[in-house]
Amino acid sequence: MNWIPAKTSTRIYLLLLLLLAPAPHFFDWIGQPFYLDLLSRALIIGIAAISLNLILGFGGMVSLGHAAYIGIGAYCVGIPSYYDYYNGWLHLGLALLVSAVFALITGAISLRTRGVYFIMITMAFSQMVYFTFLSLEEYGADDGLVIYSRSEFPEWLSMDSSSALYYWIFAVLLLSLYFTHRLVHSRFGRVIVGARFNEQRMQALGFDTYRYRLVCYVIAAMICSVAGVLLGNFTGFISPDMIGWARSGELIFMIIIGGTATLFGPLLGTIAFVVLEELLSSITVYWHLIFGVMLVALVLYGKGGIHGWLSRFDRDKVEDD
Amino acid sequence: MDWNLLVTQLMNGLQMGLLLFLLASGLTLIFGIMDFINLSHGSFYMIGAYFCGTIVAYTGSFALGIAIGLAGVFVVGALVEWFIVRKLYRSGHLDHVLVTFGLILIFDTLVHLFWGASGIAIPLPEFLNGQLTLGNLVLPTYRLLIIGAGLLVAAILYVLVSKTRLGMLIRAGASNRNMIEALGININRLFLFVFALGAAMAGLAGMLIAPITEASIGMGNDIIIVAFVVVIVGGIGSVKGAFYAAMILGLIDTLSRSYLDLLLKLVMPNNYAETAAPALSAMLIYILMAGVLAFRPQGLFPPAGVKA
Repeated sequence: MNWIPAKTSTRIYLLLLLLLAPAPHFFDWIGQPFYLDLLSRALIIGIAAISLNLILGFGGMVSLGHAAYIGIGAYCVGIPSYYDYYNGWLHLGLALLVSAVFALITGAISLRTRGVYFIMITMAFSQMVYFTFLSLEEYGADDGLVIYSRSEFPEWLSMDSSSALYYWIFAVLLLSLYFTHRLVHSRFGRVIVGARFNEQRMQALGFDTYRYRLVCYVIAAMICSVAGVLLGNFTGFISPDMIGWARSGELIFMIIIGGTATLFGPLLGTIAFVVLEELLSSITVYWHLIFGVMLVALVLYGKGGIHGWLSRFDRDKVEDD
Repeated sequence: MDWNLLVTQLMNGLQMGLLLFLLASGLTLIFGIMDFINLSHGSFYMIGAYFCGTIVAYTGSFALGIAIGLAGVFVVGALVEWFIVRKLYRSGHLDHVLVTFGLILIFDTLVHLFWGASGIAIPLPEFLNGQLTLGNLVLPTYRLLIIGAGLLVAAILYVLVSKTRLGMLIRAGASNRNMIEALGININRLFLFVFALGAAMAGLAGMLIAPITEASIGMGNDIIIVAFVVVIVGGIGSVKGAFYAAMILGLIDTLSRSYLDLLLKLVMPNNYAETAAPALSAMLIYILMAGVLAFRPQGLFPPAGVKA
């Protein structure tokens, strides 16, 4: 049975994906549509986390401004809708284009820096986006913008019902997982990962690491903007609050919970984060405290996140996927 | 041109610059000497404001509020360094970001737990609440006090950093940490002191601003980003750089909010200018930082011996 993956952890992840597929029917069947909302949100944020992991985990580029691209994607739905342009392809295309251009410009500047400087400059650029949307009175400024109708696609791709939107999200999630898998195992991905471990050696081998990184940065931004498009459609309401630097911090947090530089880590981390958030906030208003303590403890004592824990079940140490 | 408005705006810019300096000077030292990114530095700003507010509410004395509040934040800073930060000097920046992000959550919730969700106002004593009239100019006394206090702390810090033995160690640490370790300096004690001192200065900034804005949860989370911009523009580890950069950024930020639309109206139609000006003025300091990072990554006034 060659088609069954060799590693226990990978088997668990594929099983998880299989379980996620019929979620709308399941939650409909048990009469709990609220859980579908929760899961949809978790998967959308999961896509964003997967895209951030591409640069942060695999590439070692710690960006503290990735939420900006969620915002760009969401506003690419919100602003055209404000002018009654509901065409979904327009929204998607615009989001991909704007995020690519913005990432190309800011990435070209940011990637000239290293370490702390990179963290700070990515955060600065995301704050620029934040303040831009905050000051656009026309589009609601800090009150946010209501999107009255979801992006319009052809009948068979419609995202109008919540289960249809779920399948959109699920499809994008699968695509980004598959894409990440292929990318990381390609020559391109090897260069990116190699540059994380030893940049000088990669350069000595003749790779222009700056260019590779920049392309990787732009790809991550574009994937994240699609998450933004989905989020805008899902919530029907967008505000600069979803771009603030604390959101970017949360994204990093989710990746760390799940396990950096792993394919499924960010998704696991996001689901864990969203579920915990929901559980804890229903118990106490002070749930941030528990989160904060968890985060500190995770860094001080627990390495590898959920994936690190699960991969202890793998019999032989194969290289990380 | 309204000269009265210009003077008021200059004062506001100066005030913001000095508050930024109080935050950034500690941040830049922690950054430069310990190579530690402290996102939760803004929490000390918030805690300072709450400590001060509580003590003022009990004793009625603003001066006492500042004094005890300062000591309180110093202790909190020292505890944070002792129990958490100390373990992380050898780990990567990502760990710093995560842990201090966790600390922000912890501090924000603890404040929520002890003081409730709504902010607390700090009443000013009568003699600080007035105004000073100079010819046509009307200057609020309290703003003058903030500026005076900020300049005083800057002066004290200048003497401490450039004239004392401790300051010599701090400067040496910012230039080359391994070297002062190799020379047998007790680096743990130095780090503890610098961290707590930085916390206390951030706390002071929070105490000074709170009577104007009131103390609220998360009040430090926005300004800390601007303080980071100050640190980067000034040069990591440089107190002098932090001072100049804070002044420049404070003035640019305040003045652009009032005058940028006038400037833009010279080059574009009025309605475009009125839309573009607020967005552009909010972005201006980040554009400046991006420019500095792109062309002079070590900052405008880096500590001696630091090359990017």
